[in-house]
Amino acid sequence: MSGVQETTPPGPWRSAFRVLARNRASMVALGVLGLMVLLSLLAPFYAHHIAHTDPFRANVAGSFMLDGKTIDIMQPNDNPLHLGLTPAGPTWNPSAYMLGSDSQGRDVAARLLYGGRISLLISFAAAALCIVIASVVGILAGFFGGIVDMVLSRIMDIMWAVPVYLFAISLSIVTISDGLHLGPITLEADNLIIPIAIIALVYMPYAARPIRGRVMALRNADFVMAARSLGVPRWRILLVDILPNVASSIVVLAPLLAAFALLTESALSFLSIGVQAPTASWGTIIQDGEGLIYSRPMVAIAPGLAIVIVVVALNVLGDGLRDALDVRETSKRGA
Amino acid sequence: MTDILKAVELCKDYRLPRGKTLQALDNVSLTVRSGEVLGLVGESGCGKSTLGRCLLRLTDLSSGTILFEDQDISRMNDHALRPVRRRMQMVFQDSYAALNPKRRIGDLLAEPLRVHPDENGQKRSRQVIEARLYELMDLVSLPRSALTRYPHEFSGGQRQRINIARALALSPRLIVADEPVSALDVSVQAQIVNLFTDLKEQLGLTYVFIAHDLAVVRQISTRVAVMYLGAIVELGDTDTVMQRPAHPYTAALISAVPQPVIGADDRRILLHGDVPSPISPPSGCRFHTRCPKAESRCAQDAPQLRLIGNNHEVSCHFPNI
Repeated sequence: MSGVQETTPPGPWRSAFRVLARNRASMVALGVLGLMVLLSLLAPFYAHHIAHTDPFRANVAGSFMLDGKTIDIMQPNDNPLHLGLTPAGPTWNPSAYMLGSDSQGRDVAARLLYGGRISLLISFAAAALCIVIASVVGILAGFFGGIVDMVLSRIMDIMWAVPVYLFAISLSIVTISDGLHLGPITLEADNLIIPIAIIALVYMPYAARPIRGRVMALRNADFVMAARSLGVPRWRILLVDILPNVASSIVVLAPLLAAFALLTESALSFLSIGVQAPTASWGTIIQDGEGLIYSRPMVAIAPGLAIVIVVVALNVLGDGLRDALDVRETSKRGA
Repeated sequence: MTDILKAVELCKDYRLPRGKTLQALDNVSLTVRSGEVLGLVGESGCGKSTLGRCLLRLTDLSSGTILFEDQDISRMNDHALRPVRRRMQMVFQDSYAALNPKRRIGDLLAEPLRVHPDENGQKRSRQVIEARLYELMDLVSLPRSALTRYPHEFSGGQRQRINIARALALSPRLIVADEPVSALDVSVQAQIVNLFTDLKEQLGLTYVFIAHDLAVVRQISTRVAVMYLGAIVELGDTDTVMQRPAHPYTAALISAVPQPVIGADDRRILLHGDVPSPISPPSGCRFHTRCPKAESRCAQDAPQLRLIGNNHEVSCHFPNI
């Protein structure tokens, strides 16, 4: 309303944001996530200008310089017969194999950053896609009820009956050999959209169900009844009365879904049915490290730690968001 | 006086699991006369609110006919109802639940003005809407600065004023107020009841005023309908019903109002037992299980509303006359 803005009180969203900004744990989590994204984005810079290495090319015969000495990337084992080779271990020097090398002589630190790009991209994109699908399904089922709700809910029940990982693995295996061909849409097997879509799909019911419940409760709220008695059309009720009130429930789901998506992506990639070589993700790097787990554990530990840090940060952020957005729901009945 | 609203034999059944039905309204007929305040009283669960919602077609009827300004609205769909909705509005009991917490008061009040075209079928301009919002705030005695605030920033009484302002936005002729003051403090109740009375005088409104507080109903209404278990048991002018209740249930209700008189308790009519379930209502007269005057006839033969005096109707075989 123009002309009446002398003392504009903060809107519900802005006051929720203020609560979140005062929540130290959430702000730390947000900072950690921002740092991880930034580091991932800097992957090419690190690889080309600091580590001077190509993290996607095998380099078993190469060597690198450290403190003026030349060190072979692949070193003979120190068993009595000097049989077999072990990749170089962590040097803790950013310019030369900081986290050591993997079994193909590639810089693990550089691969970790490149892997972060893919892992974070897939998890955020899958969470976003999942939320879009789940919101449409949940809102349609909750608002229209009846037959629409029945059909959508039964489909979700069927998806629910299959364990998430089993479902994701099955879909991945089907699409891994020659991609996805749905009518005019053709996706190659190495297209990142495939894991994104699979992860979004398997988590859809988990996000759609709470949204549906919230919409159902809102549909019977007095203010929706009031809007109907004012003669507000149904689509407008959905848009101005229902949607802004489920938005907070949807926002709260986002970081948790991103965390689940990251874990699922890593699991699929670890099983070599997610991201396909030469693309790396944290899951594929863990798999690279599996064979070196006794001699060079850092290859598997580094991406594992990265996953843990991001998942914990996402969960802390999710808790903070829930607290910030729930303030209105609980403290509103005063006066 | 002309009739603004006429309801004929309204029934509302709710289907329950396992083939049961809950009869929320059982053959309710009533007329609301233009310019009057019809009080609707009864215990919780007697169907007052359901009736109020059915009258405005916010709940679908199972059967029956509703004529609003001589127009049959009982079978209209949402789209056809839209122009009718401008002339009939509702005020809810829970003043907070009736306001979308995510929207500013200005937006909430402007909503009906944005959705409905004006008298000439034109979309209202922002200036027109703003001017109307100021008018509405003045009508309900709220500061204009309230328009930029959110519902949670107001007290219950102020919020009810906002709800009333919204109901008035389109200048309706009929307002159904569903227990508009029962959630408020007693001192605030009086203010809101007075506001209702003032607005009625100023704007020539007609109210259906739902309440369970007889004192409030007595103060505001010109006629009273008493409901029990989904049916109207007595209908008449407020003074007649309050002073000479004909139905034993009405008599018991009125005797339950605390009197500031020593010895008043002696005249209290105590009803025994609970209200029977509307899922399996008693045969015959629905009140016979608790009625102090019930005879064998009452268990078989359901009484109909009949005129027993000037404007005074009752559904009882043995009314107090």
